[in-house]
Amino acid sequence: MTLLRVENLQKSFGSLNVTRDVTLDVQAGEKHVIIGPNGAGKTSLINQIGGQMMPDSGRVLIDGVDATRLAPEQRARLGLGRTFQKNTLFQRLSVFENVRLGVQARFGNSFDLAQKADSRTDVNARAREVLDLLRLTALAERRVASISYGDQRQLEIAVALAGDPRILLLDEPTSGLSPAETGQLIEIIRSLPARLGILMIEHDMEVVFSLADHITVLYYGEVLASDKPEAVAVNERVREVYLGASI
Amino acid sequence: MSVPRVDPLPTRIPGRKPLVGEFAFFVIALAWPFLVGSYGTGLITETLIFAIAAMSLDLLMGYGGLVSFGHAAFFGVGAYALALSGVKLGLNPWAGILIAVVTSAVAALVIGYFCVRVSGVAFFMLTLAFGQLLYSGAVKWRGITGGSDGVGGFARPQLAGVSLDDPMYMYFACLLAFALSLWLLRRIIGSQFGHALVGLRENETRMRALGYSTDRLKLCAFVISGMFAGFSGALYAIYNSFISPDALSFAQSGMFLLMVVLGGVGSLVGPAIGAAVFLLMKQFVSSHTEHWLLIVGLVFICCVMFFRSGIYGFLKQWRERGARA
Repeated sequence: MTLLRVENLQKSFGSLNVTRDVTLDVQAGEKHVIIGPNGAGKTSLINQIGGQMMPDSGRVLIDGVDATRLAPEQRARLGLGRTFQKNTLFQRLSVFENVRLGVQARFGNSFDLAQKADSRTDVNARAREVLDLLRLTALAERRVASISYGDQRQLEIAVALAGDPRILLLDEPTSGLSPAETGQLIEIIRSLPARLGILMIEHDMEVVFSLADHITVLYYGEVLASDKPEAVAVNERVREVYLGASI
Repeated sequence: MSVPRVDPLPTRIPGRKPLVGEFAFFVIALAWPFLVGSYGTGLITETLIFAIAAMSLDLLMGYGGLVSFGHAAFFGVGAYALALSGVKLGLNPWAGILIAVVTSAVAALVIGYFCVRVSGVAFFMLTLAFGQLLYSGAVKWRGITGGSDGVGGFARPQLAGVSLDDPMYMYFACLLAFALSLWLLRRIIGSQFGHALVGLRENETRMRALGYSTDRLKLCAFVISGMFAGFSGALYAIYNSFISPDALSFAQSGMFLLMVVLGGVGSLVGPAIGAAVFLLMKQFVSSHTEHWLLIVGLVFICCVMFFRSGIYGFLKQWRERGARA
């Protein structure tokens, strides 16, 4: 089942074409990885899917619904969750509250003025479940600003998962992590719900080839190749411009 | 492992806390009129009224991160609604309070509709512009508002032979209004809406990516804040038996901002303390020198430079330091 479809997406800033006729799709349960050298337009593409940036033309379909002109919050309500390359968290709130707000967005009622937020036991229980899944339970009461960068990276995913999305966009989840932390994060991504469709940007080739079901290579805003990992690894053009001799 | 110290302000959402401070406050407040003369009672009555407006601004500013420079608009609309419903429509002043709250809510809904679309400095300037618009409306529309002469001559509320004309009853009515407002605002901040509002202050990009309708949340906060300000304005009109365009002026808006910052942003109690300190300062310094605003300005500068979290934040840090030592 196609959860996310990007069709002929175009975006330019003046003469700079950051996205050139990009088409790709993500199936339920698929881990689709986008790779490409710096400046290939990976984050711009993710931002156009998330709604943080508007494309010039082309379409974004979330679960069959045309979301091209929808605001980020409307896309989230269609089942799209995302993380950011640069941590986008509630720095001064607790780890638990960060995830709780994510759960509340989907399962709570944010216009309820009377009932205490603490008394929504269903919301709290789901928040604890997500913390467990991301191995953050021990840090629940800590303020985000006081936990390590690696833990913040994990929390970034926890917050995005809190609302139980069907599609998850991960913008370089391992950026800035130590090899040990990267290893743990791969384990966590592997343990995510099987039906979840994941579209992620990744630089670390080891991570890419250990996780990906499908790889799309971007080069100057254009899709250079989009195929199974085995096929991408031996693709002549990809080797030429990007992978070099490293594989 | 030591738990890192949490910044006292404005990160925390009130949860269960010992209510010793509140209890002591209300015991003293109940005994107050019997301890001091009518002058002291009047001063605290005024403080309680302004404290409600300052707390309402804190909901928007301290919890929602929306710094408004037009808060007097709702305070003034509430005050005029009460005055005019008595003078022009001959309505009972109790109904007048209700009308004041509803009118300021409607004003906040209309003004907020435009203001929440922008943020930061633009929000600040737009709220100021709307405030000035209402101010000039009150000055120019002489037929209704009496222009700069203001409106007077409306009755104070009465109930079962008890009239708010008696300063003592006026005081207790305002104390009750203050307690009710504090309780309601705390309740709102502790609700899911309040938590979402804090999330908005902390990170709007994240909130939108999570699916929150941030404009609607902001508008809702704006309306609630405006309603409490209008309530405060109605009490102010009752207290003075008179209302003039000064209540809508940007100086009044600035005063509310000052109270909030002086007392401690994002704590509700802080802005109430800020209101008290500001009015006491005004009272005592102005009896010694006409340049009292100069002194207030200096205190404000010191506060911003040395006590970033206001008087309440300072007291809290001081107490925590004491507890650790």
